[in-house]
Amino acid sequence: MATNGATLHKPLGLLAELTHRCPLGCPYCSNPLALDGRNDELDTQTWARVFREAAALGVLQVHLSGGEPGARRDLVEITAAANKAGLYTNLITSAVGITDKTLGALADAGLDHVQISIQDNDPRTADHIAGYEGAFVRKNALAAEVVRRKLPLTVNAVMHRANIDHVADMVDLALKLGAGRVEIAHVQYYGWALKNRAALMPTREQVERAVAAVEELRRRHHGKIVIDAVVPDYYARFPKPCVGGWGRRSLNVTPSGKVLPCHAAESIPGLEFWNVRDRSLAEIWQASPAFNAFRGTEWLPEPCATCERREIDFGGCRCQAFAITGNARATDPVCHLSPHHDRVVEFTQSPQTDAYSYRR
Amino acid sequence: MNASAIATDARPRLPRGVRLVNNEAQGGWVLLAPERVFKPDAIALEILKRCTGEATFGAIIDDLAATFSAPRERIATDVTALLRSLADKQLLEL
Repeated sequence: MATNGATLHKPLGLLAELTHRCPLGCPYCSNPLALDGRNDELDTQTWARVFREAAALGVLQVHLSGGEPGARRDLVEITAAANKAGLYTNLITSAVGITDKTLGALADAGLDHVQISIQDNDPRTADHIAGYEGAFVRKNALAAEVVRRKLPLTVNAVMHRANIDHVADMVDLALKLGAGRVEIAHVQYYGWALKNRAALMPTREQVERAVAAVEELRRRHHGKIVIDAVVPDYYARFPKPCVGGWGRRSLNVTPSGKVLPCHAAESIPGLEFWNVRDRSLAEIWQASPAFNAFRGTEWLPEPCATCERREIDFGGCRCQAFAITGNARATDPVCHLSPHHDRVVEFTQSPQTDAYSYRR
Repeated sequence: MNASAIATDARPRLPRGVRLVNNEAQGGWVLLAPERVFKPDAIALEILKRCTGEATFGAIIDDLAATFSAPRERIATDVTALLRSLADKQLLEL
């Protein structure tokens, strides 16, 4: 039991945000607007302890992320510690800052999988989106090195108005690079992406073309590459089951050690987050006020409380409910049954801009 | 489902990045793959445990037919379908 009376599940995944430092400036970055500084970052030993505690708690996979995890000089030691704890290790990288030599050391340390973000199939557009000249070339080079070392590769293609029409080209690029999997990751509007929503939001026509294209690409490339994609949620009928349900499947540790139910949870005011510097991960998972705030289905408002989908989407995303309605306990307004759904529709039709506010 | 035949001398194996582990906290065997976790059912588990890269497809079928006292032909059909499906998802090398 969690301390709020809800059934306590075992977490499956841990997102380890090793640092917020990153050379890129992607305008949809999922990091918060207020970034943790280098001096606040957890040290190697603390991460090693967090991984041991995570494994004991049932966590199977750790996602080594950031920022750019390559900005940490102890990335190889951190990866080795996660591997030693028995966790499946996944590196989520921009590729800028991971040298071929570092990759070799990571592979030797037991790294299981590499995910590289690619901003577009056109080098100039890609570097413009990333706010970093030369990023595209470096990403392609690291991808080749990952494949050469026979590590499995996922290409993460974040899609938005400037590149959503290139979805087939992105899948072709992933195939050419030798990726076994490609994520068609439509931008979700939190943090920097929320700030840049007017520059990122695709049109309904673009979304419909992209969804149809993905269906066709899955048929065409069946057995050659796994294509994971979800509908961009401002255009969905029902909300996404955010992180598989609040405090149910996953947890997120920030660079400074705060443990969050999801990476955007700090955007909700009034939640109390506990820190791995002060408490064990097991205690935090079970009893932290932030984890218990929206755990289970007891707290659900109408129309969710009596909805047959309440165990499927758990009322949707709390951060999105707050960002759009000002009330974190409201139904995710992406749901067409939400009394606030008209606001979501309005955002998809709002005046647009092409100017990015880069993450810096 | 693509159920085309698998060569008798193929040696199915889990590729790097796919691991079959027994995890007490999660209540048993799980197949870990890039950003995915699968809980194999009892039959799939018996098959997966044999996909070590050492045993040939033919030997795996013989072993399963003997272990479960089932007709070899039927086992071969079921195992082929499962292995093809796993390979399509990049979870197995044939």
